[in-house]
Amino acid sequence: MSDIEDGGQFPPGDGEEGPRAPHRVIGTPPPARARTLLRTPPEKRPPPRWLPAEPGTDPGQATRAERVVAALFVLSALASIGFIAAYVGLEVRSVDATLRSNLALGISMSVAFGALAVGAVIWVRYLMPQVNLTEERHPLASSPQERAEFEETFTQGAEASGFVKRKLLRRTLIAATVPLAVAPIVLLRDLGPLPGTSLRHTVWRRGMRMLVYGPNTPLRAADFAIPGQMITVVPEGFQDNQDVLAKATTIIIKFAPGQLGPPTVMNWTVDGIVAYSKICTHVGCPVALYEQTTHHILCPCHQSTFDATRGAQVIFGPAARPLPQLPIGTDAEGFLIAESDYHEPVGPSFWERG
Amino acid sequence: MSGIKPRRRHRAARYAVLLLGLLVIGVAYAAIAGAGGAASAATPGGPSPQDIAQGRAIFAGTCSTCHGMSAQGTGAGPSLIGVGAAAVDFQMSTGRMPGKDFDAEMPRKPVTFTTRQIHQVAAYIASLGGGPAIPSPAQVSPAGADLALGQHIFITNCAQCHNFAGAGGALTQGKSAPALTHSTPTQIYEAMLTGPEAMPVFSDTTVTPAQKRDIIAYVTKVRAEPNPGGFSLGRVGPVTEGLVAFLGGIASLVFIAIWITMKRRAA
Amino acid sequence: MTKSNTTKALETTGVFLDDRLRGARVTTAFLRKLYPDHWSFLLGEIALYSFVILLLTGTFLTFFFQPSMTEVIYHGTYTPLRGVRMSEAYASTLNISFDVRGGLLMRQIHHWAALLFLAAIMVHMLRIFFTGAYRKPREFNWLIGITLFVLGLLEGLFGYSLPDDLLSGTGLRITQGVLQSIPIVGTYGSYFLFGGEFPGHLIIPRLYVIHILLIPALLLALISAHLFFMFHQKHTQMPGKGRTNANVVGSPTYPYFAAKTGAFFFFIFAVLALLSTFAQINPIWLFGPYNPSGITAGSQPDFYMGALEGALRIMPAWEWNVFGHTFAFNVFIPALVPLGIIFTGAALWPFLEQWATGDRSEHHVNDRPRNAPTRTAVGMAAVTFWGVLWLEGANDIIADQLQIPLFTLTWIARVAVILGPIIAYWVTKRICLGLQRKDAHLLEHGVETGIIRQLPSGGYVEDTRPVSEDLRAVLEYNRVGRPELTAPRAGEDAEEVPAPDARTPIGRVRSRANRLLTESIPIEADGHGNGYGNGQAAPAAVTADEQGADRPELEQGGSGGEGTGH
Repeated sequence: MSDIEDGGQFPPGDGEEGPRAPHRVIGTPPPARARTLLRTPPEKRPPPRWLPAEPGTDPGQATRAERVVAALFVLSALASIGFIAAYVGLEVRSVDATLRSNLALGISMSVAFGALAVGAVIWVRYLMPQVNLTEERHPLASSPQERAEFEETFTQGAEASGFVKRKLLRRTLIAATVPLAVAPIVLLRDLGPLPGTSLRHTVWRRGMRMLVYGPNTPLRAADFAIPGQMITVVPEGFQDNQDVLAKATTIIIKFAPGQLGPPTVMNWTVDGIVAYSKICTHVGCPVALYEQTTHHILCPCHQSTFDATRGAQVIFGPAARPLPQLPIGTDAEGFLIAESDYHEPVGPSFWERG
Repeated sequence: MSGIKPRRRHRAARYAVLLLGLLVIGVAYAAIAGAGGAASAATPGGPSPQDIAQGRAIFAGTCSTCHGMSAQGTGAGPSLIGVGAAAVDFQMSTGRMPGKDFDAEMPRKPVTFTTRQIHQVAAYIASLGGGPAIPSPAQVSPAGADLALGQHIFITNCAQCHNFAGAGGALTQGKSAPALTHSTPTQIYEAMLTGPEAMPVFSDTTVTPAQKRDIIAYVTKVRAEPNPGGFSLGRVGPVTEGLVAFLGGIASLVFIAIWITMKRRAA
Repeated sequence: MTKSNTTKALETTGVFLDDRLRGARVTTAFLRKLYPDHWSFLLGEIALYSFVILLLTGTFLTFFFQPSMTEVIYHGTYTPLRGVRMSEAYASTLNISFDVRGGLLMRQIHHWAALLFLAAIMVHMLRIFFTGAYRKPREFNWLIGITLFVLGLLEGLFGYSLPDDLLSGTGLRITQGVLQSIPIVGTYGSYFLFGGEFPGHLIIPRLYVIHILLIPALLLALISAHLFFMFHQKHTQMPGKGRTNANVVGSPTYPYFAAKTGAFFFFIFAVLALLSTFAQINPIWLFGPYNPSGITAGSQPDFYMGALEGALRIMPAWEWNVFGHTFAFNVFIPALVPLGIIFTGAALWPFLEQWATGDRSEHHVNDRPRNAPTRTAVGMAAVTFWGVLWLEGANDIIADQLQIPLFTLTWIARVAVILGPIIAYWVTKRICLGLQRKDAHLLEHGVETGIIRQLPSGGYVEDTRPVSEDLRAVLEYNRVGRPELTAPRAGEDAEEVPAPDARTPIGRVRSRANRLLTESIPIEADGHGNGYGNGQAAPAAVTADEQGADRPELEQGGSGGEGTGH
């Protein structure tokens, strides 16, 4: 404390060499000069930092990290520009061009985002000081006073509103809200028609020709003569109606004499040709995998398997009912026709099916 | 030697070793698995008596053990009377015949005979009982085919076994419908015509030759289409996509999360 | 120090806002809010940011997609489908893929983000479950999370059905068949949803509205609530040194967490962009348009519906026809029961656990999964149950690839769906208890140092040192000095008279549940003095005096075999 040895300075605090003050006795402290002897008063002290400013790594590493991050950000910027360039420059309108465009746009986007992300993480890890701060948790429950205040507010408000005391008011209010709440639900009624009996029938009728689905041409029994043949057929006139096809699509399979047996209804077959519904009785997928060697009809959705020589009985899988068989015959010109509609509802089970 | 140690102890060394191991296994698997079968589909000229005689000789030496000396069939193999040249050409040109491991079905294998020999055997079998003939190039050419109709018929009658892109699918009892990636147009035609093994028959009176051409055109076009969205993941649908989402997406993000939250080592 | 222009500008803006909003205190608190750091805490963020990306890419798609089932004939870019009849929805999706620049990329990012969203929800949910972060006060968030999961499943299902392609149309057909099978109301529900018979021409526009408006609105609201609760209650933290139930230890939002979470968002976007560049997803042009007469081999929904699909496949063919009505058990049981068990069980679990353990205190420090063996085992059983069903959903692909017969796979799954969870429960429990024993051993015996010392008697012994402070905090948390969790409820002790409420049937169930849930390997705080102590220097009584002065080497660490200490 040079002040003391020098004997102090006059006037105090300005730090300049002034005229020397009278010599004081050693040991006596000089007049109080708050700035030099005492600490700075709290309000003038800079607040303690809640976060350090420097990353705490050695400066060389920090500069290197900064350069790496900067390079990554530049890369990201270039990639974003590349994205825009690829969008403007690369046309689509063909599969090959789409492939090129997708590659270019995708790679530039990945690099743009990825470089930005990696740069940000390196920034955090190497250029920010590592901190581990602690903060108190307070119990989540409110204090009893706060709870009491809430309770007061709520009950007094309820009393003031008259809701509690006036029973007529309360009951009629509740009575008013009930139909009001039901009304929007009622508005949904016209979302769709009632099912009625529509699930029980398809459009197949006596005399309706079976068309090979795709070319939509009728099929002669004589043209379907090789054992092991299978094809999908649809009712004539409805080949473009998906609602109809969702129930009426049928598969026909040709068997050699003697292969078909009960419970297949032989009256409903023509020359070893048998017709089954293509709509699976489980949940309605087209059941169409026909295995010639095993006579299995396999549904690819959940693997319900039916035996085509035995009335499409279920031999494995979750389907509970065999595929309905369509009675078929031939018309005067030899084309395959339906003899009637299916004798039971096709497709998945439903409550009213019975 | 002193240069190796620091790199060995490098933080990333264990990941590099893991990656190397995975790469080695992956390359080895790819090399071993997925053997294709050669496909042949050259057209025959008209069969001569010498061809039929040659065919008989080959048949007697290779096929008669299971199919009988006059192709009448035995317990081990079905009768070939009336199957036609198309069936023989299909089975032999895909390598399914001569049959080896008698399993649930005959898979495609490397072909044992030359095209000429196959046509000779086919001519011999055709001489025994007729049957569908080998289609001509014009019959299987996709030129001028109606792709839309081909798509329609394929989805209605073929995709349920062979999958929407011809990637194949499972059947019952260990069988499967094969992928159509290596089938030649002729083989596709012959398969539809003759209904090999579990496949149903699609005769020319039900699916006309023109419609068969449309189907072939659609199948060959689709399988040749590039995958504009990236690797196809097998063209089998959402199963492989889900696997990639977990093993590719979540796994990589977990590693990234670990990196982000790692404590920086003391400088 | 003169202020820079930026600082001045920020100040002006800040003052402008604060004059009107009084936000200084709240904003400061927000900026200083601490976030505990653990990689598993970022799993929820994957879901959150995937959702944001879904919103962004989805908005792009809505500008080009036509939600209409009107039939058109395609004459566009993709040649194999030229001349094919298809709905406008399908045609517009082809248009987006091949005629809009960046369209395919956006479509693919959207779909990959949907998969990532649900995968992240699953992994995040498992993390929350296995660390017990659903405990009080976070039960609301747990329930909101389960709701988000279910909404996400529906949103994904409706979303991938919008293009009206063969694969997703088949899925809609299955949905319709399942709906139809529900007793009493099934047919009505089906006709109302589809506006009549399947497929009708209304389902795609209706799903569109649900997919872009109704469910996203619900998701946004619930996600906001989810985040708000997490914010208000503060995030949990993993056990460790200095971390207690009454504090939060971590780094503040600003600048750390903001930077890290922002970086993670870009990482997620980058991963999605990479996937969408190199991994083709949902190539609808290969499937073709939907036709109720056509179907493809390998028909599966997206992976998150896989368990439902597997349930449908695994179910035996049970159906009842009584009094003219059909109970299609084979359909509505797999549709409702397996996922119903999992979701209901999950929703009830926090409350069940509270009821059984009697633990109603706040929990802000996570459990290590091994420290809650029964909970972890039940979770793994649920995962196994879901997983078996999920694999069964892909059974035809597995059968084809691995050459296993189809029906055999289904039979294996039928057995595994019952046995699997039981075995998983037992194995997981034993693993957890084993790990707990290892932890107890570590605490009591210390860490092996690899230094072998020879005893004067000729034997060898390995020195141990006590575990580090950090590890000790982790190992001991919630294991030492928490008698109320390990003590059985009154009544198990044979000498005690059970409390009245433990004598009723429910009470007995509760006691058993309590024993089950609190089963754990005890750790004594100060070791059991087996001669090694806690790896610390033994009491002076067994040092040099007793061993004799002619054995100076023993003075360092105390009695023979003692750890080298500190």
